[in-house]
Amino acid sequence: MNIVVCIKQVPNTNEVKLDPVKGTLIRDGVPSIMNPDDKAGLEAALRLKDSMGAHVTVVSMGPLQADAVLREAMAMGADDAYLISDRAFGGADTLATSTTIAAAIKKLPYDLIITGRQAIDGDTAQVGPQIAEHLNIPNVSYAEDIQVEGDTVTVKRQYEDRYHTVKVKMPCLITALSELNQPRYMTPGGIFDAYREKTVTTWTVNDIEVDMDKIGLKGSPTRVFQSFPKSLKAAGTVVTLDGEEAADYMLEKLREKFII
Amino acid sequence: MNFMLSKEQEMARTLFHDFAENEVKPLAQEVDETERFPAETVEKMQKLGFLGIPQPKEYGGQGCDTLTYVLCVEELSKVCATTGVIVSAHTSLGTDPIKKFGTPEQKEKYLRPLASGEKLGAFGLTEPNAGTDASGQQTKAVLDGDHYVLNGSKIFITNGGKADVYIIFAMTDKSKGTRGISAFIVEKDFPGFRIGTKEKKMGIRGSSTTELIFENCIVPKENLLGQEGQGFKIAMQTLDGGRIGIAAQALGIAEGAFEETVKYVKERKQFGRPIAKFQNTQFQLADMKTKIEAAKLLVYRAAVAKDTQKIYSVEAAMAKLFAAEVAMEVTTKAVQLHGGYGYTREYPVERMMRDAKITEIYEGTSEVQRMVISGNILK
Repeated sequence: MNIVVCIKQVPNTNEVKLDPVKGTLIRDGVPSIMNPDDKAGLEAALRLKDSMGAHVTVVSMGPLQADAVLREAMAMGADDAYLISDRAFGGADTLATSTTIAAAIKKLPYDLIITGRQAIDGDTAQVGPQIAEHLNIPNVSYAEDIQVEGDTVTVKRQYEDRYHTVKVKMPCLITALSELNQPRYMTPGGIFDAYREKTVTTWTVNDIEVDMDKIGLKGSPTRVFQSFPKSLKAAGTVVTLDGEEAADYMLEKLREKFII
Repeated sequence: MNFMLSKEQEMARTLFHDFAENEVKPLAQEVDETERFPAETVEKMQKLGFLGIPQPKEYGGQGCDTLTYVLCVEELSKVCATTGVIVSAHTSLGTDPIKKFGTPEQKEKYLRPLASGEKLGAFGLTEPNAGTDASGQQTKAVLDGDHYVLNGSKIFITNGGKADVYIIFAMTDKSKGTRGISAFIVEKDFPGFRIGTKEKKMGIRGSSTTELIFENCIVPKENLLGQEGQGFKIAMQTLDGGRIGIAAQALGIAEGAFEETVKYVKERKQFGRPIAKFQNTQFQLADMKTKIEAAKLLVYRAAVAKDTQKIYSVEAAMAKLFAAEVAMEVTTKAVQLHGGYGYTREYPVERMMRDAKITEIYEGTSEVQRMVISGNILK
């Protein structure tokens, strides 16, 4: 079985601050990490590799520094790694990104593609499902559990208040939640091998078949007009009353504020 | 001169740091209070290859360098010096001598399980009457056909009772003095070998420090490490490496106490402001940090020297001497800056101060390090 896992290098948002004037993330000096949902997806792939044998390929689109997350993935146990990197891809929104990544994946053998649900620096949750669309394969998002039997994958799909069990034939794409598992640690020897014995293959725009109008800034219909931090709200008050009293209390408060 | 870690060393440091924060730190206080050997942590480290970092891949080790091993001991010791010394004693003292002096058969039989971490190693040189003067060995080994018979005892042995394989030194020919000492690989189940009293210590209380007793202990002839009479040389060369591990432990303890102190002085308010706003605090922190950085350079240099030089005794001695004294000084200042709270077990700095003291004593006291360094200057 060939599994392709898409991973993204993101700033550790726990340590990111927002520029109060521009409303954008201040990324300078913030350590980069493997996106947590993607890491869970990688762990799911590595568990399938451990239990039933699989070849795990990791793919990342990003600047050359993204090499580090691909090495990290190989230090955890991924077999090979591809970095899709070119100035022509810069400024891509989710559509141009998924177009580019799908074009790269087309060159690789795959039965199962796993991506994270969403990246912590964008939270769009669009790239995974869009890749599936480009490749014309089924997509199951928000996977909490993944089981493979023969050519069928059984996915426990998470909702807010329930979950669905979905069976899907491979090839297919699954988006993983960080709740899926606890990713393994790297090993020291794995790290040394990832740097000294394995290679990250870099693909530029010349290495994949893609329409130049559909990549980078030019291929991105999304425009961000403004970004702003969430405004702070005053702390709420919790009152514990039974039904009728609670209604009266609310009415009184609404009147106090001249809302009704 | 390049003061940068390589990319793989940086990534390994991140790994050790994350492991220490997630798996080791939460247990550190309890391990200290209850004097409990953290067996579950050792098992996790075994699975992740932390017990064979600088050992060759062909024997199941990780194939990394000494500096990466130092980074591991350092990061572990930042949060728990007990865990740091378990790895250091196993790697530098229990495993390295077999790698360096073992026959191919000994390497197959012992280096392989030690490098993979399947078995834990230890080293027994010190005796009740042979501490700094290691030449005063009273444990005897007598060749009897196809085996040696060992009689005597060792004290203060790190990983004692927990290790599976022990490097043991004994006199094979007392008339030759230090040239009459030989080294042996002793398995925990060899007949006539048992574990004696467990020490109750001031610090590194989760580390198992015990007496080893040999009463007509039968050691197969093929378990002689190196040649007969080579024992003292093996012990001294092994300790050169061990000192780098302890220097890394001392460095980690100092850094751990420093990090706790920086956090504390920003929170603790007196006279209406955080104590970090007072110049005394600021100057103390500046001195602590500068000494830590100086120690770090000596420790890392010694680690690199071990991989690139034939002899690195002086580098190792300087690293251990300085890092141990910095650990004692920094942890003492850390307790002082924490005030009364620092003296209580509510904060980890008192544990770190107790842990720091041993780094000035074991694997050669600070005085022994000064002997090594000055001996080299005046030779």
